[in-house]
Amino acid sequence: MTDESIRQIAFYGKGGIGKSTTSQNTIAGMAELGQRVMIVGCDPKADSTRLMLHSKAQTTILHLAAERGAVEDLELEEVLLTGYRDVRCVESGGPEPGVGCAGRGIITAINFLEENGAYEDLDFVSYDVLGDVVCGGFAMPIREGKAQEIYIVTSGEMMAMYAANNIARGVLKYAHSGGVRLGGLICNSRKVDRELELIETLAKRLNTQMLHFVPRDNIVQHAELRRMTVIEYAPDSQQAEEYRTLAKKIIDNKNLAIPTPISMDELEDLLVEFGILGGEDEYQKAIQEGTKAPAGIA
Amino acid sequence: MTPPELAALEENPVVAKKELIKEVLEAYPDKAKKKREKHLNVYEEGKSDCGVKSNIKSVPGSMTTRGCAYAGSKGVVWGPIKDMIHISHGPVGCGYYSWSGRRNYYIGTTGIDTFGTMQFTSDFQERDIVFGGDKKLAKLITELEELFPLNRGVSIQSECPIGLIGDDIEAVAKKSAKEIGKTVVPVRCEGFRGVSQSLGHHIANDAVRDWVFPQYDKEKKAGNIPDSTPYDVAIIGDYNIGGDAWSSRILLEEIGLRVVAQWSGDGTLHEMINTPSVKLNLVHCYRSMNYISRHMEETYGIPWLEYNFFGPTKIAESLREIASKFDETIQAKAEEVIAKYEAQTKEVIEKYRPRLEGKTVALMVGGLRPRHVVPAFYDLGMRLIGTGYEFGHNDDYKRTTHYVEDGTLIYDDVSAFEFEEFIKELKPDLVASGIKEKYVFQKMALPFRQMHSWDYSGPYHGYDGFAIFARDMDLALNSPTWSLIGAPWKKAEEATA
Repeated sequence: MTDESIRQIAFYGKGGIGKSTTSQNTIAGMAELGQRVMIVGCDPKADSTRLMLHSKAQTTILHLAAERGAVEDLELEEVLLTGYRDVRCVESGGPEPGVGCAGRGIITAINFLEENGAYEDLDFVSYDVLGDVVCGGFAMPIREGKAQEIYIVTSGEMMAMYAANNIARGVLKYAHSGGVRLGGLICNSRKVDRELELIETLAKRLNTQMLHFVPRDNIVQHAELRRMTVIEYAPDSQQAEEYRTLAKKIIDNKNLAIPTPISMDELEDLLVEFGILGGEDEYQKAIQEGTKAPAGIA
Repeated sequence: MTPPELAALEENPVVAKKELIKEVLEAYPDKAKKKREKHLNVYEEGKSDCGVKSNIKSVPGSMTTRGCAYAGSKGVVWGPIKDMIHISHGPVGCGYYSWSGRRNYYIGTTGIDTFGTMQFTSDFQERDIVFGGDKKLAKLITELEELFPLNRGVSIQSECPIGLIGDDIEAVAKKSAKEIGKTVVPVRCEGFRGVSQSLGHHIANDAVRDWVFPQYDKEKKAGNIPDSTPYDVAIIGDYNIGGDAWSSRILLEEIGLRVVAQWSGDGTLHEMINTPSVKLNLVHCYRSMNYISRHMEETYGIPWLEYNFFGPTKIAESLREIASKFDETIQAKAEEVIAKYEAQTKEVIEKYRPRLEGKTVALMVGGLRPRHVVPAFYDLGMRLIGTGYEFGHNDDYKRTTHYVEDGTLIYDDVSAFEFEEFIKELKPDLVASGIKEKYVFQKMALPFRQMHSWDYSGPYHGYDGFAIFARDMDLALNSPTWSLIGAPWKKAEEATA
């Protein structure tokens, strides 16, 4: 059903890290280089394609299926739209927060796409997945026959790195059965101290590479407000160049590895080493100061 | 093996059967064997327990006969409440395949004021899983109210996906109850919970406590609960299989008691609401209804009594025990009733006992009958050689000791393989179990009776029921069919040998 020459990639990372922004900008860069790409948004928020389509949110597979009765009542054309530079865009959609089963929704949506021949005449399929792999449904894109290359978007912030390590665990779980590999970390800079070195070290520990360091630039915000990628909004900007570089790196990436996730202790040691976390002494001092503080305030 | 040991085996039924258990277990891999050997034993005279573990997760691959929590709630406890609509909430299969699964007889006009043999389901589709089914459930209840305005209430029987996706059926129940002005009971009996249908009974009991009894409290406060008499009792845990509760109820009424509620066979929601007003709860199926009986004892101070209406010996014993909780009038009447049925019983026994005397039976039923029907077989001169529960607990096995003889084989949650092997070896004259077992043993040319559904016969409770029971056992055991079952070539062999 799926053409084997298609490279299927997925962007994972902590919620709010900038997965959708990074992936759309990168894909815009890939499209510029003549690649035929399809984006599959796997997040109930359905915000993985807005920069491509210049719209708030496209009609999702599950929304339409719910309206009609079942996915069998849908036509592919109704949910598969074409955006910037012919990038094909589809969103799985899902329930509102707190009800139903979003994981099952993703499974349903991806099955629908496969059965209806969405995976044809493409060079890349890119899955943009919700922050945490909370259940089997969110692991769907990395299971057998789906994404083979995982790119983890992270920053030098502690929680982003925790998430990255956890995602590496998920990839490891399916590496042997489904053949999924880690393609690298993408550092979406938050201007944390020594961020570049930190992520490079983490990448090494995870048996992968830091594919690219994307600097922080307000122009991303400006473009986003206009529902555009930087490449479209300010094609000559430095930031557009960064995304083009990242796009090229992904296209040329041959370094696909089985990750070696590290333990929580190792991760914390790494953070101490880089001065993000203090050592045990500083921690105790901080706690003591913390307990004194309220008294002072009172 | 030396001859004296062999002789001992033949003489001592405990030793012989323990040996048999060992042999049967040999077929298992070590891990399964270790687990299963705790569930198989032989009852030894004088012990307070049957020596088996119970209510534990079945061994994977062992072909258990157990059901699930949904089966326990929808199929057993709630389903027979006839004037309520019981929604099988989830995909269509659970409701469809459990439709009319038990023969809970009831009086009423089906589809108008009673709904026992109808099947209602929310028929979950993919989108209900993904987007949640609460809205659909609410709409379903609204539609049911329009279609069946004489229903007295609704119960929501959760199938597995409801628990997986976390639907808030309690919120729907509250909202819908207001909308239709009737009782709506959410039951969290998702099939994956617990090890058998037994947890479903417990969950269903808890739902009665939390969603039905508060109405009693409210009505009581408002002075709407009718005055009770000193003779008010409730029948708890009789599911009226083939009319069992009816043939029990007449006896209780004949001794002068007023049966104001009957759960849940041929029962109504209002009887349930009224139950905390009774003086004594009479519990037939202890396994499925002990929880709510204990609750009523603790909260409303209502004592409860486990009774047994299988076979004249136990019926008389139970009637006397029940009467002992009331005054002399009732006690005198109990004696009158026992005497009144003596002639009828004598006739039954005189007719059938000679035909059944000394025949052996092996039982395997759910949570009550593996002990309760034993005295009825004894009354017919039959002998029990093995018994076991699908989903009994430790307290059931303790109670079983009062019913069985030394050397009775005890098997808990017996697997298809074990049961077959035991029967092959012990060669009882009759196997009494369920539909899953029936054809296996009939094809082994063994007489068989279903002990869940009474093989579409019944009632078996009470004096009238005993007459039917005796006739049915005779039909099964002494059918001329069995003499025709041998293969012709084997007959020739036998003749030459």
